[in-house]
Amino acid sequence: MSNVFKVEIINPEKYFLSKEDVTEVVIPAFEGDMGILKDHISIISFLRPGLLRIINAKSSEETYYVEDGIIEFKNNCLSVLTSNIFDIKKIDKNKVRDTLVKAEKEGQNPNISDQAKYLVNHKIEVLKSLTLN
Amino acid sequence: MPSLDDLRKRIKSVKSTQKITKAMKMVAAAKLRKAQENAEKGRPYSEKMNNIILNLSSSITDKENAPKLLVGTGNEKIHLCIVLTADRGLCGGFNTNIVKKTKSFFEKIKSEGKSLKIITVGSKGYDQLKRVYGEQIIEKISFKDSKVANYLDAEVVGKKIIDLFEKNKFDICTIFYNQFKNVITQIPQEQQIIPLKSNENKKNLVEDNYEFEPEEDEILSNLLPKNISTQIFKGMLENSASEQGSRMTAMDSATRNAGELVDKLTVNYNRSRQAAITKELIEIISGAESL
Repeated sequence: MSNVFKVEIINPEKYFLSKEDVTEVVIPAFEGDMGILKDHISIISFLRPGLLRIINAKSSEETYYVEDGIIEFKNNCLSVLTSNIFDIKKIDKNKVRDTLVKAEKEGQNPNISDQAKYLVNHKIEVLKSLTLN
Repeated sequence: MPSLDDLRKRIKSVKSTQKITKAMKMVAAAKLRKAQENAEKGRPYSEKMNNIILNLSSSITDKENAPKLLVGTGNEKIHLCIVLTADRGLCGGFNTNIVKKTKSFFEKIKSEGKSLKIITVGSKGYDQLKRVYGEQIIEKISFKDSKVANYLDAEVVGKKIIDLFEKNKFDICTIFYNQFKNVITQIPQEQQIIPLKSNENKKNLVEDNYEFEPEEDEILSNLLPKNISTQIFKGMLENSASEQGSRMTAMDSATRNAGELVDKLTVNYNRSRQAAITKELIEIISGAESL
C-alpha cells in the first residue's frame, strides 16, 4: 500500500492522536473543506469550526469536531495543531447544547468582526447538525 | 541551660515539623512526575507552532505590512513584563529566583529611561514585587483554583496581552519563568514574545515552498495571537514542573536538617539527664558520708 500517509493531531497538553495508515483526511479549512490525499503539495492553513474526517486504509472513518487550529502538510505528514477537539462518538450531547447556546449568544453580539461572525455562524451550523443525530 | 522539660518539648516539635516536611516532599515528588510528564507532552505543540511561524515569516517578503505582533511597533519605549510565579511558597528559591531576575531586568529598563508595566501571574510574585514596583503592576492574575496548568488559563493571559497590544499600551513584551532543567536545577528565563525574536536555529530550517490558504499575512495574523498563548502555556508548564522540583529538594533538605537538629537535641537531653542523675547521686553519697 503506497497511498497512505501520516496524521498527527496535537493538543497543547498532549499528543491527541497519531496514525500512520491514513488514506484521506477532510479538513474544515478556513476557506472551505479540503480533502488531503498522499503527495499533496506542502500547505499551511487554518481551521474553522467543523468536522474533521479521517479515512484509513481499511476505509473506516473517524470524525472529530474541531473548533480552531492550524494544519501543516509536509513530506506526507499532516500535523493538526488544535486546542479544541472532540471525538464525536464520545462527545457529550449536553455539552454540545451548552456550546451551541453560547455560540448563538456570541453570534447576536453586533460588535464582532466579520471574520468572527463567519466563524461563529459555522460553529452554530455544525453544532446544530451534531445535536440532531 | 534549658531544663529537661524544655528540651523534651523542643525535640517533639522538631520531630513533628520533620514529619510535615517529609510529607510535603513525598507529595511534591508525586506531583513532579506528573508535571514533568505534562511539560514533555506539551513540547511538540509549541515546537511545531514555532516551526510553522518560522516558515511563514521567512516567506513574508513585504516586511512593512507584516503584522505588528511579528515585527513590533517600531518603538521600544514601553515594556510589558509577564512574571510567572507559583501560588504557594515553601519551595526553596523558586519564586525568589524569578523575582531576582525580573528585578535586575526592571532596573535595566528604568536606567534606560523606558517605562515599565508588569502583569504578575501567581500570587507569590505579586507579594514580592508589590512593595517596590506596586505602581507599575497593572494586573495580577492567579490560578489558585486550577490544579494543573491548563491551556485555557494560558489563553486568558494571552488574550489580555493581545488586548493591551492592540490598544497600543506597550511595545515590547517579555515573559519570565523558570525553565525546568532537572530536579535540582531550575533556570530563570526571560523570553521576548512581542515582537517575536527569531531564534538562532534558522539554519536548520529547510526552505520549503508552501502553499498558503488564505494568504500568508492572514494566516500569520491568526497564528501569532495563538502563539502568544502557547508560549505562556509553555512557561506555565515549565514553571509547574520547576516548582515541584524545587519544593521537593527544599523539603528534602529541610527534613535532613530537622533530623540533624533532633540528634543534637537528643544528645543534649541525654547529657543533662545524666548530669541530673549524677548530681543526685553525689548528694546522696555525700549525705551518707557526713553521717
